[in-house]
Amino acid sequence: MRLLEYQAKSLFSEYNIPIPKGLTSTDIVQGRKDAAVLGFPFVIKAQMAVGGRGKAGAIQKCQNADEFELKYPDIMQKVVKGEKTKAILLEKMADIKKELYLSLFLNRGKRCYTIIASGEGGVEIESVKNQIIHEVGLGSVDAKTAEEVGKKMGLKDKPLTQFVDILQKLAKITIEKEAELAEINPLAVLGDDSVVALDGKVIIDDNAMFRHEELRKFQEVSELEERAEKSGFSLVELDGNIAVVGNGAGLVMSTLDMLSDNGGKPACFLDVGGGATTETVYEALTLISKMKKVKGILVNLYGGIVKTTTVATAFIKAYEDKIIDLPVFARMSGAEADRSKEMLKGSRTKMFDTIEEAINAAVIEMNKNG
Amino acid sequence: MVDLFELLIGKESDKDYKKKPVIVQGITGKFGAFHTQQMLAYGTNIVAGVTPGKGGQKQEGVPIYETMSQAVSATGAKISIIFVPAKFFLSAAVEALESGIKLLIAIPEHVPVKDALTIVDLAKKKDAIVVGPNTPGIIIPGIIKIGIMPAMPFKEGRIAVISRSGTLMYEVSHNLSVANFGQSVCFGIGGDPINGTPLIQAFDTIRDGANIDGIVVVGEIGGDAEEMLAQHIIDTKFDKPVVAYIAGRAAPKEKRMGHAGAIVYGNYGSAESKVSMYAKANVPVAKRPAEVPMLLAGKFEKGRIK
Repeated sequence: MRLLEYQAKSLFSEYNIPIPKGLTSTDIVQGRKDAAVLGFPFVIKAQMAVGGRGKAGAIQKCQNADEFELKYPDIMQKVVKGEKTKAILLEKMADIKKELYLSLFLNRGKRCYTIIASGEGGVEIESVKNQIIHEVGLGSVDAKTAEEVGKKMGLKDKPLTQFVDILQKLAKITIEKEAELAEINPLAVLGDDSVVALDGKVIIDDNAMFRHEELRKFQEVSELEERAEKSGFSLVELDGNIAVVGNGAGLVMSTLDMLSDNGGKPACFLDVGGGATTETVYEALTLISKMKKVKGILVNLYGGIVKTTTVATAFIKAYEDKIIDLPVFARMSGAEADRSKEMLKGSRTKMFDTIEEAINAAVIEMNKNG
Repeated sequence: MVDLFELLIGKESDKDYKKKPVIVQGITGKFGAFHTQQMLAYGTNIVAGVTPGKGGQKQEGVPIYETMSQAVSATGAKISIIFVPAKFFLSAAVEALESGIKLLIAIPEHVPVKDALTIVDLAKKKDAIVVGPNTPGIIIPGIIKIGIMPAMPFKEGRIAVISRSGTLMYEVSHNLSVANFGQSVCFGIGGDPINGTPLIQAFDTIRDGANIDGIVVVGEIGGDAEEMLAQHIIDTKFDKPVVAYIAGRAAPKEKRMGHAGAIVYGNYGSAESKVSMYAKANVPVAKRPAEVPMLLAGKFEKGRIK
C-alpha cells in the first residue's frame, strides 16, 4: 500500500519528524477554510500516488484568494500518469536553503534494508547524484551510522544533528510500520538551519497489514478489488476490453503479454490463485461481469491436479445463472479436456488446446465487433 | 555448508538413499492434507506431520506430533514442508529451524517481508536452506516431490528449471517434457520480494550439484534477480546452455501483479532491463512459454556446430 504524501506526513508527524504546517481537503469549501487558517501564500499540492507531480502542474504556488479559486479546482481534476487527484494538501511555503534526498528501502537483492542518501535531492531518485548507499540489516540505524551518512552528505553542525535524528526516526517508522520504502525527497535545510520533510513517500508491506489496524484508515480499495481480495484473488484493472483470468500470477502475466503481443487489449489481470475450482472460476466470472468495459474473457488455466470438467461446470453455471453473457476463450490443460469441450458445445465458451489459439480467436472476435 | 542434493537424495551408501524422510507442518489443514496425499502418491517419504492439538492422531497414515522437536527426534528428518497460514509462518519456521531442520520448504503466500527476513537471518545462523516463501516447492522427477506441483508436467531428464512462479514452472516444464527435454530438478524459488534461496544461489546450487545439460530460468518483472544472475553467468563464464523466460512485459508500472515481488518502479524491475542484461550474457529470452524448448534446442544445435 502506497501512502499519499499527507498520509506519509501524518506518520512523520507522529514520530516527530518535522513537516511544514499543512491542511488536507477534498473539496473547495473545506479548502477555503483551510486557506483562511493557513494564510497566503502557500503551496497547493495534489495528493496522488505517483511521482512527477511538479512537472505535470499538480503542485502550484498560490499567492492570494483569486489564484486559489482558479488553481484549486484545476489541481483537483488533474490526472498524472493515469492517477487522479485524491485530495489536496495546502502547505506553508518553506525558505529552502538546500535540498537533500533520504530513503530507506527493502533491498531485495541483498535481502536487507538499505539507506540511500544524497546532499543533492529534490529530483527523482534515478537522477539523484552522489548517492550514499549503506546497508542496515533489518532496518535499525544507530546514531553513529546516521552521523556517518550525514557527514558524507556534507552536513555539519545543527543540520547534521537534526539529520541524525530524522534518519533514526525514519528507520523506526520503517521497522514499526513494516514499510518496504520510506522516502523523504526533498528533505530540506531551511534558512534557520532546521531540517524539514517537504515530501513523503511510504509503501507499507501489504502482507503485514494484518498487524497494522492503525493503517487501515489509509487503505483505499475499489469495491471490486475488495471483493477480489476476499476471495483470495489478485485483481489489477486495466484499460482494454478483454478480461484475462488464470491461476497463478506468473501464468496470468504471461497471458497478458501474449495477448498484447497479438494486438489484444487486456481489461484486467485476474489471478484466482494456484488452484482452480468450480467455485473460484464462478466467482471470477461474477467479478468480471461487474466490469462494464469487458467484451470478452480470456481464460488460461493450468490444470495439473484439477480436472478441466470442474472448470467447464463453472462456465455452464455462470451462463445458466445469467451472470455472464460474454464470449469466453478458454484454454485449460489437464485431464478430461475432450469431455469439457463436449460439455461446452453450443455455449458461448470456446475451449482451445493452446493459449495461442485462444488468444487468436479472442482478438479476431474483438476486432469483428470494432 | 549443507548441500541441497545431499539432503534431498543422499549418498548411495545411505540407508534412506532416495527415500529421505520429510515432515509436514500443518498436515491436517485442507491444503496440507491434500498435498500430503499427493506427495505420498509420488513416493515422497513423509514420516511425520505436526499440528498442535492433534498429536497422537494420524493423517493419511502419517503420525501427527504436537511439536516439531518431537517430530524431529522421533524421525530424524532434516526436511520439512510448511503449509500453515501466513500469519503463523514465522513461528512454524522458527520452530523447524530450532529443531534441527536443514531444508525448509515454505509454501505459504502473503508472508510479511519482516518475517521472511527474520527467517533468512536465522537460517544463516543454523546453516539451513530455506526455499520460499510463496514457492511451489522442489521436484526431482522420479525421485522426490516436496511441494504443491502436479506430477504430470515433469519428466526425468537433464534440464534444470528454476522459477519465480508456480504455474509457469509447470507450464514450462510441461513444454520441455513434450519436447523430450526431461528435468533433473525443478526448483521454485517463490514469488515474494525476499527469497530464502535467491535466484543466484539456486543457480549455483544446481550448477554444482545436479547432473545437467542446461538450465531454464523462469522469471518475471520486479527486483533485479535476473540482472544479477545474468552478470553472474558472465562473471563465472558458465558455458552450458541457459534459456530464460520473463513474464510481465505488458504489465503497467507500480502495480503489483499478483505476486508480492512482481512490481516495477521506474526502470527497476522492468522486463526491458532484464532482457537487455540477459542479452549481454548470451541468454535468449522466450516470448512465450512454448518457445522455451525451441530456444533450448537452438542452443544445443549451436553447441554441436562449434
